[in-house]
Amino acid sequence: MAFDSQYYNVGYLDRLSYQDTFVHRLDPRTKLITTLLFLFTVISFSKYEVAALFPFLLFPAIFLTVGEIPPGFILKKVLLVSPFAIFIGIFNPLLDHGQVAILPGLTLPAGWLSFASILLKFFLTVSMALLLIATTSFPTICHALRRLGLPSIFVSQLLFLYRYIFVLGEEVMRIVRARDMRSYGRKGTEIKVFVRIAGVLFLRTVERAERIYFAMLARGYEGDMPVSKKYHLTTSDLAFALSVIVCLFIFRCYPVTQIIGNFFRGIFS
Amino acid sequence: MHMADALISPAVGATMWAGSLAVLGYSSRKIRETIDNKTIPLMGVMGAFIFAAQMINFTIPGTGSSGHLGGGMILAALLGPYAAFVVVASVLTVQALFFADGGLLALGCNVWNLGLYPCFIGYYLIYKPIAGDGGNYRRIFIASLLSVIVALQFGAFSVVLETILSGKSELPFHTFVLLMQPIHLAIGLVEGIVTAGILSYVKNARPEILDTGAVSRPPAAGLPCKNILIVFVVLAVLTGGVLSWFASTSPDGLEWSIEKVTGKGELAEQEKGIAPVLKEIQEKTAFLPDYNFKQAHKEKPETEKVPAWPGIDTGTSVSGVVGGGIVLGIVFLIGYGIRIFKRQ
Amino acid sequence: MSHHIVEFKDVCFRYPDGTEALHNLSFRIIHGESVGIIGANGSGKSTLLLHMNGYLMPTGGTVNIGDLHLTRKTRREIRKKVGIVFQNPDDQLFMPTVYDDVAFGPQNLGMDEEDVQKRVRAALDLVNCYDLINKPPHHLSNGQKSAVAIAAVMAMEPDILAMDEPAANLDPKSRRLLINLLKTFEHSKIIASHDLDLIFDVCKRCIIIREGTVAADGPSQDILTNKILLEENNLELPLSLQRR
Repeated sequence: MAFDSQYYNVGYLDRLSYQDTFVHRLDPRTKLITTLLFLFTVISFSKYEVAALFPFLLFPAIFLTVGEIPPGFILKKVLLVSPFAIFIGIFNPLLDHGQVAILPGLTLPAGWLSFASILLKFFLTVSMALLLIATTSFPTICHALRRLGLPSIFVSQLLFLYRYIFVLGEEVMRIVRARDMRSYGRKGTEIKVFVRIAGVLFLRTVERAERIYFAMLARGYEGDMPVSKKYHLTTSDLAFALSVIVCLFIFRCYPVTQIIGNFFRGIFS
Repeated sequence: MHMADALISPAVGATMWAGSLAVLGYSSRKIRETIDNKTIPLMGVMGAFIFAAQMINFTIPGTGSSGHLGGGMILAALLGPYAAFVVVASVLTVQALFFADGGLLALGCNVWNLGLYPCFIGYYLIYKPIAGDGGNYRRIFIASLLSVIVALQFGAFSVVLETILSGKSELPFHTFVLLMQPIHLAIGLVEGIVTAGILSYVKNARPEILDTGAVSRPPAAGLPCKNILIVFVVLAVLTGGVLSWFASTSPDGLEWSIEKVTGKGELAEQEKGIAPVLKEIQEKTAFLPDYNFKQAHKEKPETEKVPAWPGIDTGTSVSGVVGGGIVLGIVFLIGYGIRIFKRQ
Repeated sequence: MSHHIVEFKDVCFRYPDGTEALHNLSFRIIHGESVGIIGANGSGKSTLLLHMNGYLMPTGGTVNIGDLHLTRKTRREIRKKVGIVFQNPDDQLFMPTVYDDVAFGPQNLGMDEEDVQKRVRAALDLVNCYDLINKPPHHLSNGQKSAVAIAAVMAMEPDILAMDEPAANLDPKSRRLLINLLKTFEHSKIIASHDLDLIFDVCKRCIIIREGTVAADGPSQDILTNKILLEENNLELPLSLQRR
C-alpha cells in the first residue's frame, strides 16, 4: 500500500478515537480488559466450532454503532491484514478430509469447517482490536496500561511513539513524494535509494531527539515521565464490564445459537 | 511475519504474553539502571523512525515484489539490546492497534518473535562479536546480514511452533517449517542488506553515533555472552515447561497437535523423496523430551483415524445452521436499531 | 529588583568540533525588558539562547541569571527561572495530548494533581487555547501549536521568557495573534528572530549579533531604522519601514 494511504489510514483511525460517545467515554481500563476477555473467549473455542461464534458478532456490532464508527472502514482494514490467516488456514481444507454432516444429505469436509472457524475468529479478534483503538484514544490506552502495572519506560515509549509517528509520518511523506516525483517509474524505489532515505531520516531523527531532550529539560525533566491520574471508574464502567462478562460467559458456556435454532425449528414444525 | 490471534490457542497466547512481559520488565529495569535520561526521548523518536521507515516500500531486485524494513537489528546496534527490545515492543503494540497487524493476544508472540531474537540472540551472539565497536564497514556489513538472517530464522521457527502448538492449523510441522524457513531466508537477506546499508550510512555521516556510543549504549553491553545465554536457556525451558503443562490440561492442546504434526498416511507417502531430510529436521528440533515427534511418527496406525466431528449429531447441527442465520439477523437488527436510534 | 536580570559577561563558547560560536559576548538585561536578538544565519543567536538555560556551558566568561551564577550545579534552579520556547513546536510539544504537555512541567516541579490542573488551566487561558486541552498536538494548526508551546513554558511560571523564532511557519493571522499575545506578557522577554517586524513590534531594545559577539545594542527605534548598520550585518530594514 502506498505510504500516503497508510498514513492517512492511521490518522483517520486516530481521529475516530477522539469522538464523544458512550463507548468513547468509558474508562480505558474497562475497555482494555473487556476486550482482552473477549479475545480470549473467542479463541478458546475448539477448532471446528463455527455456530457458537456467531453470537459474539454482537460485540463488534454494538461498538460500531454506539461508537459511531463507519463499518466499511473497519471491514476494509480487516481485509487488508487477512492474508496471513488465510494463508495458514487454507491448508486445513486441503489436509483435513474428515466428513461432517451439516444438514440431512449435506456433508462438508471438516477442513472447511475449521477454515471457517479460523476466518470467523480472525474477523472477530481483528475487528474488536480495531474497534478498541477506534473508540479509545491512544494516550488514554497508555495511561490505562500504566495503571495496570506495565513498566513506565515502556509506557512513555508508547506515548513518544504515538506523538512522533505523526510528525515523522509527515516528514517521510514529503521525502517519499520527492522520491516518486523524480523517479519516473520504478527506478527510484530501489533498495539503494531506500537506504539513503532511511539514513537521512535517521540522522534527522537523532537531531530531533536532541531538540526534544532540550525542551524536556527546559521543563524540569529529570528522568521520570509523569503520569496523570485523571481517570476514575464510574458506575457505567462497572455496568458495562459486568454485562460484557455475563454475555461472554453465556455465549461461551451455552450453545446459544443451537438453542435459538431449536426454538425456531420448534415453532415452524 | 506477524502471528494472528485467530491462529493461536489461549494457552500459547498467554504463555507468550508472560514470556514477553517478563523480558519487557527485565529490560525496563536494566534501562533504568544503565541509561542516561537523554536516551528516553531518543528511544521514543527511534520507534517512530522504524514505524515510518517500515511504511516506505522499496523494490526487491529481481523479483519486483516490495519489501520493508524490520528494524530490530538497527535498533539493537544503535541503542543497545534492552532499549531496542522495549522500542520494538512498543512499535509492535502500536501496529497491533492501528494496523491490526497480528492482534492483541498474539502480541506476546510477536514481541517475542520479532523483538527477543534480534535484540538478544542476534545482537549478543552475532552482531556484537563480529562488528565489535563498529570499527569497519565490512564487519558491519557481515554482522548485520548474519544477525538479521539468524534472528528471522528463529522468529519464523517460533511462528511455526506457536501455530502447531495452538492446533488451529492442519499444516503438518515439517511442511510448515519447509514453507517458512526459506521464505524468511529471502526476507532476511534483503532486510540484512538494508540494515547494513543504513548502519554504514550512519557510520559515514555521524561516526560518533556508532563508535563512541553517543547514542547511549548500556555499560552492560560488555556483559558476558554466557550470562545472556543462561538467562535465555532458563527462559526457554520455563516457557516450554509452562506450555506443556498447559497442553496436558487442555483437550485441544499439545497431545492432540502431535497427532496432527506427524501428518496423515497419504501425506507421508507423497513425501517419500524428502522424508529423510524431514526426519533429520525433526530430530534436530525435538528440543523438549516430552515432545517425541519421532515416537509419534512411528505410531502411524493411531493417527490414521479421521478426526470425527466432536460428538454432535445431525439434528443439533441443523439447529446450528438455523440458529447461526438467526443470530446473524439479530445482530444486524440490533446494530441497525442502535444506528437509527442514534440518528434521532 | 535584581532577580530577573540576565547578564552575559565576556562569554565565549567553542563547539567540540572547534567552531567558535560565541566570542567575548556581553550584555545585561534588566527586569521587564523585552529584547530582540537579531543577526545573520550562523551568527550565534541560537547558541546564545542555549546558554541561558545551561544546555551549553560557556567555555569562557560568565552567565548570571538573577542572583545565580550559571554552573552545572545551579542550572536546575536556573531552568525554573528561564523558560525557553524553541523554534519547532513539534519538538517542543512532546507529550501526546495538550493537557499532558502543559502539565509536564508542573508535574516535574512535584506539584499535586489539583495544583497542576490549575496551572494548566491558567496557562492555556493565557494563550486562549483552553478548548484544545484534550487534543493531541498533531490535530492542531501551526498557530495553535505555537500558542500551546508557549503555554507549556508559561505553566512553569518562569521569570524570564526566551524564544527562538516564535513566528516561524505561522500564517499572517496567527503571527499577528502571537505578537499581540507577546505584548501582553510582563516578563523579561528575549526573542531571537529574523522577523524584524515582529521584533520592532514587541521589543523596545535590540541587540545585533555578528560572528559571536555583540555588534550593536540599543533601542529598536534606532537600530531597526539604521539601514547601513543593518545591511552591514546581512539584515535589512523591517518591511513596514521599507515602503517609505
